[in-house]
Amino acid sequence: MREAQSVQIEARDHVSLMRVSMAPILAILATMVICSVLILWAGVSVVDAYALLFKGAFGSLFALKETFTRSIPLIFTGLAVAVAFRSKFYNIGAEGQLYAGALATVFFGTGLVNLPAYLMLPFLFLVGALAGGILLLVPVLLKTRLKVDEVVTTLLLNFVVLLAVSYLIEGPWRDPMAMGWPQTASIVDAGVLPTLVSKGRLHAGLIVTLLAALLIWLLMRFTVLGYEIRAVGFNAKAAEFSGVNINRTVVITALLSGGLAGMAGTSEVAGLKGYLTLDLSPGFGYTGIAVAMLAQLHPLAIIPAALFLSAVYVGADSMSRAVNIPTYIADVLVGVSVLAILVSVMLTRYRIKWP
Amino acid sequence: MSELIDIVLNAGFWAATLRIVSPLIFGTLGELICERAGVLNLGIEGIMTVGAMAGWMWVYQGGDLWGGVIFAAGMGALFGLLHAGFTVYLGLSQHVTGIGITLFASSLSYFVYRMLLPAATTPPKIIPFENIEIPFLSDIPLIGEALFNQSPLTYLALLSVPAVWYVLHRTPLGLAVRMAGENPVAVEAQGIDVLAVRTGAVMAGSALMAVGGAFITMSWFDAFYFGMVNGRGWICVALVIFASWKPGKAMLGAILFAGLEAMQVRAQQTAGAFIPYQFFLMLPYLMSILAMIVMARRAQYPQALLVPFRRGERVLTLKRSRG
Amino acid sequence: MSRLSFKGISKRFGSLIANDSISLSLEAGEVMALLGENGAGKTTLMNILFGHYEADEGSIEVEGKLLPPGSTEAAIQAGIGMVHQHFTLADNLTVLENIILGTESLWSWRHERSAARSKLAEMADSYSLAIDPDALIGSLSVGERQRVEILKALYRDARILILDEPTAVLTPQETESLFVTLRSLTDRGLSVIFISHKLHEILAISDRISVLRRGKIVASLNASEASRSELAEKMLGAAVTRPQLEAMEPGAAILSLQGLNAYSSDKLPLLENVDLTVYAHEIVGIAGVAGNGQAALADVLSGLNRNISGRLELHGKSLIDAGPAEFVACGIGRIPEDRHARGMIGDMAIWENVISEDLRSAEVSKWQIFVDKAAAVKRAKRLIEQFDLRCKGPLAQTKLLSGGNIQKLILARVLSPKPDFILANQPVRGLDEGAIAYVQEQLFAARKRGAAILLISEDLDELLSLCDRIAVMYQGSLSEAVPPAARTIVTSSAL
Repeated sequence: MREAQSVQIEARDHVSLMRVSMAPILAILATMVICSVLILWAGVSVVDAYALLFKGAFGSLFALKETFTRSIPLIFTGLAVAVAFRSKFYNIGAEGQLYAGALATVFFGTGLVNLPAYLMLPFLFLVGALAGGILLLVPVLLKTRLKVDEVVTTLLLNFVVLLAVSYLIEGPWRDPMAMGWPQTASIVDAGVLPTLVSKGRLHAGLIVTLLAALLIWLLMRFTVLGYEIRAVGFNAKAAEFSGVNINRTVVITALLSGGLAGMAGTSEVAGLKGYLTLDLSPGFGYTGIAVAMLAQLHPLAIIPAALFLSAVYVGADSMSRAVNIPTYIADVLVGVSVLAILVSVMLTRYRIKWP
Repeated sequence: MSELIDIVLNAGFWAATLRIVSPLIFGTLGELICERAGVLNLGIEGIMTVGAMAGWMWVYQGGDLWGGVIFAAGMGALFGLLHAGFTVYLGLSQHVTGIGITLFASSLSYFVYRMLLPAATTPPKIIPFENIEIPFLSDIPLIGEALFNQSPLTYLALLSVPAVWYVLHRTPLGLAVRMAGENPVAVEAQGIDVLAVRTGAVMAGSALMAVGGAFITMSWFDAFYFGMVNGRGWICVALVIFASWKPGKAMLGAILFAGLEAMQVRAQQTAGAFIPYQFFLMLPYLMSILAMIVMARRAQYPQALLVPFRRGERVLTLKRSRG
Repeated sequence: MSRLSFKGISKRFGSLIANDSISLSLEAGEVMALLGENGAGKTTLMNILFGHYEADEGSIEVEGKLLPPGSTEAAIQAGIGMVHQHFTLADNLTVLENIILGTESLWSWRHERSAARSKLAEMADSYSLAIDPDALIGSLSVGERQRVEILKALYRDARILILDEPTAVLTPQETESLFVTLRSLTDRGLSVIFISHKLHEILAISDRISVLRRGKIVASLNASEASRSELAEKMLGAAVTRPQLEAMEPGAAILSLQGLNAYSSDKLPLLENVDLTVYAHEIVGIAGVAGNGQAALADVLSGLNRNISGRLELHGKSLIDAGPAEFVACGIGRIPEDRHARGMIGDMAIWENVISEDLRSAEVSKWQIFVDKAAAVKRAKRLIEQFDLRCKGPLAQTKLLSGGNIQKLILARVLSPKPDFILANQPVRGLDEGAIAYVQEQLFAARKRGAAILLISEDLDELLSLCDRIAVMYQGSLSEAVPPAARTIVTSSAL
């Protein structure tokens, strides 16, 4: 006779702030432990490797600036994902929306519109946000009107947008001065984000993204619209019953989410490169999912989460130069952290009883 | 118009279609099995990458081809187990877990590849599966040349369609799987362990996905490139909806897709001068979205898809069996 | 030797004692009723018997043999069959597939379909439970589905059949035929445990009655010696007085429906040509078996379904194009059927749930843009006191409240703005006696101040004691609403 034993999982009555903030710490520790297997395989001491990673990310002024620079697009995409996931809309298309924002930025920024810098920069962010938002509107309308699953459509659109970028930078938008490289012309000087510190790439996009995080937090926490977005995410049926206009809320959420991802595109073009190429984003859109999950979808927690993952990338780069560990360790760390945070959030919200 | 007919009447076109369709069939069937049991598996893209890397690496390290396929399937099943552990046993979000599995599985594949081949600048090659000509049948003009002179993995893909159909619709195990995706409580009430059935289905489905990935590096091409799965997994997810969760329709949908892709490769050669190649490359993705739009209203979703199985509201009971 | 005996079964969930050392026995060929209120522990006890839960203490014996705890498989092997309150069937699969699931080895290469068919046909014949084995479950009526559930248990050679609230979803005729089936089963030596809180049914079908209250067996008696009032008192613990309807002259017409048709999102008709007027100072009841259009009517009157034609007016003003927000704004209060899914957002705090219907009102918002938390918390505090809500305060999470307190919270939100028309859909279902009396008092108070109330319920006793007029819903049509006295034909057939 087969005998079954049961493990029981019960919701905790109360989840303290302590427990909530424990979740990402637990997840990061678990991630580091799991990935240490790979480091050992590479024949490197785990302590050395993580020390190198840490040093590479925070060990010098240069490293620090690099880490902050890299966190800018991650804060944007992390916010984009968090806003969408809050209302249970699984936008996995931040990568495509980022490129859409970049496309709009170079379309308007390379001479089509000429404004003084204090108008040009807000204008470029606006068109970038609009492009990202409008791109996301397609899957949103398909979902609300026809019930087409948004995960697959947003994912597939990433490939479509990337191919469109590839066509434009090889074809009509190619910069004839770039000596055959597939890239667009540079944006006008008034559209370039100023650098924040001398010598380095850290640019004013950081201020914009921090402001965005603050505004999203205020919106979610204190406004009627934020209430509605959260209500739809928690329980759409009850929200609809109470009189919340579901379709309108979802569309606004999508515009916000796509818009934030689009702004990441603007910020990368206007702050870092000046022009658009196919390697503008090494997967910021996908890493944004990890950022949002680590932050447990809290807009302000996005900032440390993005800094952490940015440090992982920057640190892994310098670590792999020093020792024989492939840079892909950074991507593995990101992937594992998404899975680890899911479990650790559950552990902090539920109590597991062993027989 | 006559050009189109030329393309369709060309044995090479059909051979290409069958080559392109093979990974799609494996992936779609794999996803279909998972979803029939009630579990959306968005790990598919990463699991296909794992299969592509693992199968290829097995052969590159001196193993034989079929051993590579089995190894790939085993690795796929292992990631399936991981996905099931999270979504079935812990009841975590199937969406986020799937994306996490994809991120983890693909990055791990690349990491392992680089670890084992640190110095390779151009991707090394293996000797892939050779086509098997089926005597007599392959002599039939057009159909024979296309259908009966293929990689053994393509035959396997085509045979797995009726096999999956038979298991799902004609065996007690298949009934349990389908019931787990329709009403898990009914499965539990009949004394069958729902969590075990779902886990088994996800593992089997993931193994098939991995074989689909292995086909790309072991039969279609002969090397492993970064990003070579290139969204095929997501297309499979769309195809499952298009096929209304039916294996036969899944195959027809996959063939339709592959045919269009084969046609676009040929059309590129003739029309490439007027239409940029990127538009041809966009077609499969746009087609997938279109397929989902067309079928969205008619789709008969498994009723318990995305719904974790929990007993009662207050208590979630997980069963651990001891022999 | 008894066919089945429970020996000192106890089960706790946290601080709640669901079963408190229960001992019971069931003999061959008898129907034993298990009577008790919602939450008395009936379902928990049966879940332990069927292996869904493990008891903390005690054991179960079948024919003198110990039943291994926590295993559904073992329970089925021992000859126990269970018909759950919510059917465990898959709509998209056939009757045959639903029945044979789990009866064959999972590793068998094929189904023994023809053998299954003949066994099924034989059983259907001998118990007069005819059913088409190839029909999809989704195409069957509720009564037929229940037949499939019973066949499922019999197919696995059940000797003990447990029916959990089997009549809740049946028409009086279907209930009648279920009782005939049960009698033919016990004649063949099967034993039946019949779980219900409907006294008249229990007296009609059972041989012995055990009454469960707060997890304890408080009485065991022969059905022939029991009376309705005695059972009610045992079940509730004390003679409970419910509020009485006081006579009142109806006032002006508040809500009126004329020739109202409603359709589903795929354009299937849900309601046909419904006429109804509800006056001030009046409670109108909608009676009928679940699934005859009550949910559709509730959706229309909540503003959720806009695929409607005909006339829908409040104070003579048309609401045909209005949504939930407009309904609330013009003075309609809605108590939803499903408190957890529709009534509230469990993950939000109590203060957030009390403002969910007037987010942009001047009282709880600033310039219709910002949520005025201070004002909302103040309102929540006031309502908590006024409606005697047991909670840790306005900041507590709503999902931690008990069912009765959640209903009080909904009442507080709905009734405090003093709506002119109130839709109360199954407002007391699943509540304990104290909460039921509270909800009914609140509805009477609203009637007294001049509200028009529409009460939808499947419990005829409830409607008879609460309503000024009752209309019957059947297959999407509504009969004329008449005073309860004129409904004697219906009541006698249902009781």
